[in-house]
Amino acid sequence: MEKRELTCIGCPMGCLLTVEKDEIGVQSITGYTCKRGRIYGEKEVTNPTRIVTTTVRVQGGVHPVVPVKTSSDIPKAAVYACMEAIRTICPKAPVDAGEILAKNIAGTGANLIATASCKALETCRNNPN
Amino acid sequence: MNRTYDVVIVGGGPAGLAAALAAKREGAERVVILERNQEPGGILNQCIHNGFGLHTFSEELTGPEYADRFIRKVKEEKIPIFPGTTVLAVNADHTVTAMNSREGIVKLRAGAIVLCMGCRERPRGALNLPGFRPAGIFSAGTAQRLVNIEGCLPGREVVILGSGDIGLIMARRMTLEGATVKAVAELMPYSGGLKRNIVQCLDDFGIPLKLSHTVVDIGGKERVESVTLARVDEHQKPIPGTEEKISCDTLLLSVGLIPENELSIEAGIAINPATKGPTVNERLETSIPGIFACGNVLHVHDLVDYVSEEAAAAGKNAARFVQNGNQNSKGKTVVTVIAGNGVRYTVPSVIHPENMNENQKIRFRVGTVFRDVYLSVYLNNKRIRHKKCRILTPGEMEEVILKKEELGSDLHPEKITMVVEED
Repeated sequence: MEKRELTCIGCPMGCLLTVEKDEIGVQSITGYTCKRGRIYGEKEVTNPTRIVTTTVRVQGGVHPVVPVKTSSDIPKAAVYACMEAIRTICPKAPVDAGEILAKNIAGTGANLIATASCKALETCRNNPN
Repeated sequence: MNRTYDVVIVGGGPAGLAAALAAKREGAERVVILERNQEPGGILNQCIHNGFGLHTFSEELTGPEYADRFIRKVKEEKIPIFPGTTVLAVNADHTVTAMNSREGIVKLRAGAIVLCMGCRERPRGALNLPGFRPAGIFSAGTAQRLVNIEGCLPGREVVILGSGDIGLIMARRMTLEGATVKAVAELMPYSGGLKRNIVQCLDDFGIPLKLSHTVVDIGGKERVESVTLARVDEHQKPIPGTEEKISCDTLLLSVGLIPENELSIEAGIAINPATKGPTVNERLETSIPGIFACGNVLHVHDLVDYVSEEAAAAGKNAARFVQNGNQNSKGKTVVTVIAGNGVRYTVPSVIHPENMNENQKIRFRVGTVFRDVYLSVYLNNKRIRHKKCRILTPGEMEEVILKKEELGSDLHPEKITMVVEED
């Protein structure tokens, strides 16, 4: 039986949860004071996921980097592999907000999406506005 | 060059964008946003993490995405934004002096003005940190800008002082970029940051949060070489013998935000010492009629959604001021809102019941962490609200909504007092 101590993120209470789990699944959750706490505790020990937000380098843009996110939450254990894969991506400007910069990043099934636009340097010189 | 506008908005961050939109939709024809940066969006542009907009759009957006929703609407409404424009003075006669590299000094005349200048981080100088002035000490927001906009990492081995949300977010951000965050030290026995950020930015990466700790020494003359932390007692004094020297090249400071009110003060606007923002009435109007304030220049918010909501109210009221003129005619009942026991401040701090909307929101923060208490509202000496709260923390902005009929002038209201009570 594995025992995990967690802080619930549902609200400012920050209840301390204790979750016990074995090969079959979650056996007990204690310490929560509302339904959200129990759901959080269960998901966090069986299938924790996170959305990754970071930046990628842009070639020939007005800014050196553009912010990106994964299109959906990915397994928490895949976050570092995802960061490694993202580091190899270097789109050419212009980049549009919402543009898919990579598909199925690090085999997670999520796409990498630009969350802001980055104009190309030349267009910016010709048209200052 | 002299130009006349209905509503001049000072600042193009989340508050300015929402205020401009609301002013235009309320019927103000000539609205303009003056923005110091080349692009609107304010601090949201460097807040690339997600979690914005849950209240406003019922989805989780990143900062730039949240800003873009408003920028698009501002463009649809054809509201001009003057980029690269620094406001030099806001005057009580509703003139605004601004400057940019295209036109030099520009003087604008406004029917009403909305102050949306946001806030700044408390700097090292405000902390009495001993030691030399080596390179490698940054405010967390500066580090955020360097990483997320400039694309450079300000250090490899990091200690963070202060557990505000920006510091927590930067602990994760720098870890993902390959730096090692050795500790986050917090002077208080509790964190001012959201639980979600403590879990997802620190616990996820095994970064220790040292509550009741502070920096007692910074080593290194040219570049930071170490930071010494010590535990503090209940009076926040370092306890001798608890020092721990941590080798690092970078110290980030996330020790609070202060509304940026240089322009307001020079204009002669009264400032609330608790918020360091203007004192405002029920319409978010400052002590100078026709000059309104909203967002982080008024009081530091925890969620941008609340900034947008508050700014929309300020913009709407500014447009109404232009249409209807000054509503503060003498002889109207004035009710003072008092931050009583446990409550650090309230916004607004004055209410004219006759000018109120049906529902009046009062936002406030408490001074310390309270568990299982009641939040009470007194009208004169009569208790009109008594709400059980399982937890109240200084990091979270709270609100109560008062109804116009509760403040009817036949009740001769003089003061509203908000207090935290044991029972």
